[in-house]
This record gives sequence, structure tokens and C-alpha cells, in this order.
Amino acid sequence: MKQPIYLDNNATTPLDPRVLEAMLPYFTEKFGNAASRNHAFGWVAEEGVDYAREQVAKLIGCTEKEIIFTSGATEADNLAIKGVFEMYKEKGNHIITAVTEHKAVLDTCKHLEKNGARVTYLGVKEDGLIDLAELEAAMTPETILVSIMYGNNEIGVIQPVKEIAAIAHKHGALFMTDATQAVGKIPVDVNADGIDLMAFSAHKMYGPKGVGVLYVRRKNPRVKVTAQMDGGGHERGMRSGTLNVPGIVGLGKACELCRLEMESESVRLAALRDKLESTLSKMEESYVNGNTQHRLPHVANISFKYVEGEGLMMAMSDLAVSSGSACTSASLEPSYVLKSLGLSDDLAHSSIRYGLGRFTTEEEIDKAIEVTQKAVNHLRELSPLWEMFKEGIDLSKIEWAEH
Amino acid sequence: MAYSEKVIDHYNNPRNVGTLNKDSKFVGTGLVGAPECGDVMRLQIEVGEDNVITDAKFKTFGCGSAIASSSLATEWLKGKTIDEALSIDNMDIVEELALPPVKIHCSVLAEDAIKSAINDYRVKNGLEAIVLEKSHH
Repeated sequence: MKQPIYLDNNATTPLDPRVLEAMLPYFTEKFGNAASRNHAFGWVAEEGVDYAREQVAKLIGCTEKEIIFTSGATEADNLAIKGVFEMYKEKGNHIITAVTEHKAVLDTCKHLEKNGARVTYLGVKEDGLIDLAELEAAMTPETILVSIMYGNNEIGVIQPVKEIAAIAHKHGALFMTDATQAVGKIPVDVNADGIDLMAFSAHKMYGPKGVGVLYVRRKNPRVKVTAQMDGGGHERGMRSGTLNVPGIVGLGKACELCRLEMESESVRLAALRDKLESTLSKMEESYVNGNTQHRLPHVANISFKYVEGEGLMMAMSDLAVSSGSACTSASLEPSYVLKSLGLSDDLAHSSIRYGLGRFTTEEEIDKAIEVTQKAVNHLRELSPLWEMFKEGIDLSKIEWAEH
Repeated sequence: MAYSEKVIDHYNNPRNVGTLNKDSKFVGTGLVGAPECGDVMRLQIEVGEDNVITDAKFKTFGCGSAIASSSLATEWLKGKTIDEALSIDNMDIVEELALPPVKIHCSVLAEDAIKSAINDYRVKNGLEAIVLEKSHH
């Protein structure tokens, strides 16, 4: 089978061969447990982990001791939010987050609501950004944590993290950000941005799956989280469990490559993304979702009105993309992120996310444009809604039999 | 999700796409589903002598299974009498297209579209609409 063109780099990225090369020895001859203090096998593994810690720290501008290795961003989100809630419960029980967060944040907050937390879910403006005045107004003396993502996974918008951090700090709360889509793609500096806790994972930046980071600030202020996993007291007692040494080494290498190549790579990706987006948005009744100024360089989310996303993806089987529509009996719900921008359900159902990456070529983007145009035109010929639109019928005036 | 070969075939080569004159008294039109649910089907039949369906056309906004279900339905309708058409069951479509459980609602929608088109034709021609069972989605 011919492989489709991979344009789903917000879901995961392929492993960079240079990362794989760095990892390989740690599966075989350097197999030691990084916690084994009394023999060379352990020391060698620990050296690999320490070096990775430096590589990660350099990318985000922190110190090595502020890095907690986890199994991924979901675990890091859980550890940060649950850990802060338990550690600071004497100070307060209020957490502020936003409706467009990843489920790893939203569902963790929902879980905490059952355990006595009060959570405010901020809405977003139609460009996907939160309203800072609304955040300010939601702050209370009981607010212990503000958790707002850095870059959004579906539409790529970048939240004003610096300003959000300042508001949180002014009211004595910590600022946590899920930066899974941003770290390695755009400059993220925990000190310049005022970040107290930050979650991200290796597999979104050409590293391996199953490894991630929680950054926990150690100075101004010194932040602590209650461990969510009990055991051997690894990672300064905050995350027990034998370290995934090959994964961590791969994460370190991935961070180093992103740091070195980010500047030129983000320019290259933004140019390709702009070409894709400007060509496709010239099609009749197609709309770009989310703020186009403050956003990641490698994501485009476009709605093609009057065609359904899942059907569209099937017509674009030469492309591996993702849709805001999930037509299953379990979930006829279109993307909650797109809906929160105020998109109507039918427009949310008609959306496609293109996620570009390090290995995306201009040739592939040209092909993606051609395949998309052909598919949209084909499906519109099949679409009764397109026909009605062309006849000038107002679809919102029709009484649909909702099912 | 992997689609069956038959779904892919109907999707790539949909049969009987098009529009019949909805104002003709020989044409019955069924429009079911809703844009916000992610699928809308429009199915039309043209009825000739002896209540035989001489032509059928569809247009569908929806996923591959929804498009295939309605395409298949138009194929089956042609040449059938209205009474025969009424006996088409959504499970026949599920079986023919090998639809997975999460896509059964697409076949239900196609059955609804058939019945709704037949009723439109009946009402236009002075007959009573057939009371439809409320389908389960």
C-alpha cells in the first residue's frame, strides 16, 4: 500500500533518525538502571539521563533540577494539577482553566471537582484566545492555580502566557501551562514567560512516545507538588518509578535538535502552512479557524462548508490529516474546541486540521492542496446542502429532523 | 476506521447522484438528518405506472458510510414497487455494506429517507402518509 502524506504532526511526529541513533545504545549495552548507585551500569545510565536533563533544560531555559521526567504530557498535567491541589489545599481550592484545554487538563480538573476543588472554565473569544479581563475577574484569594495551555492542539493559537502568568502571580496563584504543542516549535522560556509548572512530551517533537516532562520551578517561588505515584522516590520524590532511560535520552536529543533548528524550521513551516492555507481558503465557502497572528507555525485548521469532515477525509485518503467531526454513534459531537470559538456545529463538522512537520516537503503541500480541492469539489457535488446553498435557500430556516 | 470494499466502491463511484424535479407529482422527495448532526440525506424517487419506481436519485452530506448507504438505497429502489420499497430494512443495508456498529445510524437514516420519499409521493397523490415507526438512533 502506498503511504499517505503525513500531515497529522499535532497528533504525533515521526522519530528523527538522529534521535533513534542516540537512543539505541541505551536499549542494549547501556541498559543499566539510572538509580543503581554502586556499579558502572547504573552510572552510565545516570550519565545519559543527566545529559538529557541538561539538553531539556537548555531548550526551555531552566535548571536541570527543575525537570521531572514522566511518561508523557498527560501524566505531567495530572501530576501538576493534582499535585498542586493537594500541596496547596490549605491556601485555597480554586483552579482556573479554559474550555479549549486538552482533555488531560479538563478531565483532571473535573476529577478534582469531585474532591472539593472549585474550577472556573474560562471561555475563549472567537479567535480562540482567552480574555485577560475575564481571567482577572475570575481570580479570588482562594485561587491556587491558573492552568492555560501554551499553543492549542487543534487550531494552533498561542495564548498570551506572559500576561496570564503576571495576572496569576499578582493574585498569589501559580501558573501552569500545557506546552505540548509549543515546546520545540517556538521559543519557550520559563523565566521570560513566568511559568511555574509546564508539561510537554517527546513524541510531538520528533522524540519517542512514552516520555514527557513536568517542569517544576525551584526558585521565586519554590513550587512543590504532591507525588501521585508512590514508590522509590525518584525525581526528587515527585515521580517514583524506574526512569525510562532510552526514552529520556531520546527526549534530550530531540530537545537539542529542536533548539538548534527551530529558528530556520519555524520560518520554513510557516511559509508552507501559509501556502496551503491561502490557496485553500480561496475556495468558495472555506474558512480558517482561530487567530492567524498569534499561532504556531505548523498548524492550519480550515472548515469547508457543506461537506462533512469524516467523509472528506475518506476522499483524501492520500493525506493523513485529522477532522473536527467524529461521526460515530458514541459521539456525534463535533470538536469542543471549534464549538467554543462559536462555530456552528455544521461548520465544526466540516473542518480539517493540517499539521505540518520537520519532514513535510513543499511537494507534499502542493499535493495536499490538489487532493483537498478535488475532494471538496467531489463531495459538494454530492451534497444536498451545497445544492440548497447554491439555490439561495437559507439552511438555518429549515426544520431539520434532529436525530 | 477501515471501511469495507463495498463502502469504498459506493463512495468512490456513487450511483444515481442527482436531483429530480421535486415539484413533479410523480416524484417523492425525502430529506432527513440535520447538518449539526453531521449527516443529511436527500433521496428522491420517480414513480411510474403500477407504482413501480422508475428512477431514484440522492445527494448526501455525511461520512463515507452515509454516502454509501444512500447510494445503495437508490440502486435497490429502481424497478421496485412502492410496497416492495417499503420493506427495505436498514439491517439489509448494514449487511450488504458490512457496516460496523458505530455506523448503523447511517443505514437507519437511509431507511428513513426511503420512507420519507414514499410518503411525500403518497401525500402528493392524495394518499395517506404511512405512519413511520420512530427509528432509534
